[in-house]
Amino acid sequence: MPPLWAIIWLVLGGLYFLVPLYATAQFSFETGSHGLGTSSYLSVLQSQDFIHDFVFSLELAVGTVLLSSALMVPTVYWINLHIPQVRRVVEFISILPLVVPPVALAVGVAHFFSFVPTLLTNPIILVLAYVIITLPFSYRSLDAGMRAINFKVLTEAAQSLGASWWRIMLFVILPNIAASVLASSFLIVTIVMGEYTFASLLLFNTFPVYIEYVGQTSAHGAATLALISFALTWLAILGIAWIGSRIGIKQPSTTIGAR
Amino acid sequence: MSVVTEQKAVSVKPRGQEKIRFRLPSAAILGVLPFFAYVAILLVVPTLYLVVGAFQSQSGGFTIQNVTELLQSQYLNAYLTSVEVSGITAVVGALFGLFVAAAAISEGIPRWIRQLLSTFSGVAANFAGIPLAFAFIATLGLNGVATILLKDMGLDIYKMGFTLFSLAGLSITYIYFQLPLMILVILPTLDGLRKEWHEAAANLGASRLQFWLHIGLPILMPSFLASLVLLFGNAFSAYATPYALTSGYLNIVTVLIGSVLNGNVTASPQLGDALAFGMIVIVAATMFVYGILQRRAERWLRR
Repeated sequence: MPPLWAIIWLVLGGLYFLVPLYATAQFSFETGSHGLGTSSYLSVLQSQDFIHDFVFSLELAVGTVLLSSALMVPTVYWINLHIPQVRRVVEFISILPLVVPPVALAVGVAHFFSFVPTLLTNPIILVLAYVIITLPFSYRSLDAGMRAINFKVLTEAAQSLGASWWRIMLFVILPNIAASVLASSFLIVTIVMGEYTFASLLLFNTFPVYIEYVGQTSAHGAATLALISFALTWLAILGIAWIGSRIGIKQPSTTIGAR
Repeated sequence: MSVVTEQKAVSVKPRGQEKIRFRLPSAAILGVLPFFAYVAILLVVPTLYLVVGAFQSQSGGFTIQNVTELLQSQYLNAYLTSVEVSGITAVVGALFGLFVAAAAISEGIPRWIRQLLSTFSGVAANFAGIPLAFAFIATLGLNGVATILLKDMGLDIYKMGFTLFSLAGLSITYIYFQLPLMILVILPTLDGLRKEWHEAAANLGASRLQFWLHIGLPILMPSFLASLVLLFGNAFSAYATPYALTSGYLNIVTVLIGSVLNGNVTASPQLGDALAFGMIVIVAATMFVYGILQRRAERWLRR
């Protein structure tokens, strides 16, 4: 029999997790003053603004995944293969984004890049910044994946067969750490789909900005969107956990500071 | 400094690496140049730019006026409120999380509960920002589901002076992401409190109290404090949740910085830089302490 105190704390913790979710769900199904229905979902899903902003956030997420992978996979591979003595330096750099809160970084980026105003109004700036914001998590994920494979033997085998560096990178290393790349991508998508600070301060209409906008007039509409957002997060984290259990490496799935 | 709850992988260094290291040091460093350049342009330089701005007058000369202005009540209050919310939610979240985590791994609790808790914590720790604010408006807002339920039970919390858009309301909301984060970072440490130590202490005649006083707590303490500091930094950086929940009600430093940047508050850009600089100093100090504590804590992690 489990001890009573343990049961009490687990129930309390469970309630803290579940009550707000239940409340959000109920709010999202309420129609007007009485009755339940899916009208809130229908009106949200048919809204042009919702579709536009949601797709925009997805595009940003894909862009961030691509740029981050292009930058980090070769970097992590190169460091582990050739200069493991700088691993600690890079590890330290990778957590620096946690020291500069997103709102502070947004101020810095806005002021610094004010000499190229067109960049600040181009969504590219968000992708560039999101690669930095997600760096602490993408680096750890990729580094763990790289160290779990025998990259040195793979490289030597490929080299002895005459493969070029890029060929090794794309056709030998990348397929072998695909699971880590995928896990890190899920985490990046989760962060980008929920990122509000940069997007709102640099005046872009992303999915979270849309939720906030809807929330100003309709708490029920916002609850609907919040629940959709929660479902997305849930899917992504389950995906990461699933990948982790498939390849036997625990993948980082916790983000801090990016909200 | 580890952010997530995973133990350090055992590093397997093939012998041959030494050779490569000394053969090509200068050429090898070129391979990481793109990374260093990227971080320099998008993180380091903007941050330095901000620090310079914090010490610059409107005309461009050096001044410490912006930084000393932070001590004016309006700005100082913003910092204090932020510190207060972060402190309260760190302490409450850390204790709450510790008990829930300890409960999940205590004897007699089936293993799937622990797994479920881990996964759920992963989701909840990531569920923050704007959606979280509206989830709590649906729960504890004026017409929130929990508010109505309590009212039906004869407990009208809004008549009793509670409002979600207050320090207490914001704290309750923050704990939704603080609690799971604590559970995730403290679980490995609790796992590290080995069962054999319990047995060894019991064999030597120690009581439960003596075990916790002389073995359990001293081992747990660095980890607990490290988590506390991490939770503090986590809450201190939050922008979206306080923005959506308490704009205009509470003076939170991140929200204030956002208003200065957007021009919603009349203040010079340099003052915005100074406010952001103050935040970086506080978070950096927090992370520094976290790093030291974490290193101490890792000694006891199961390898």
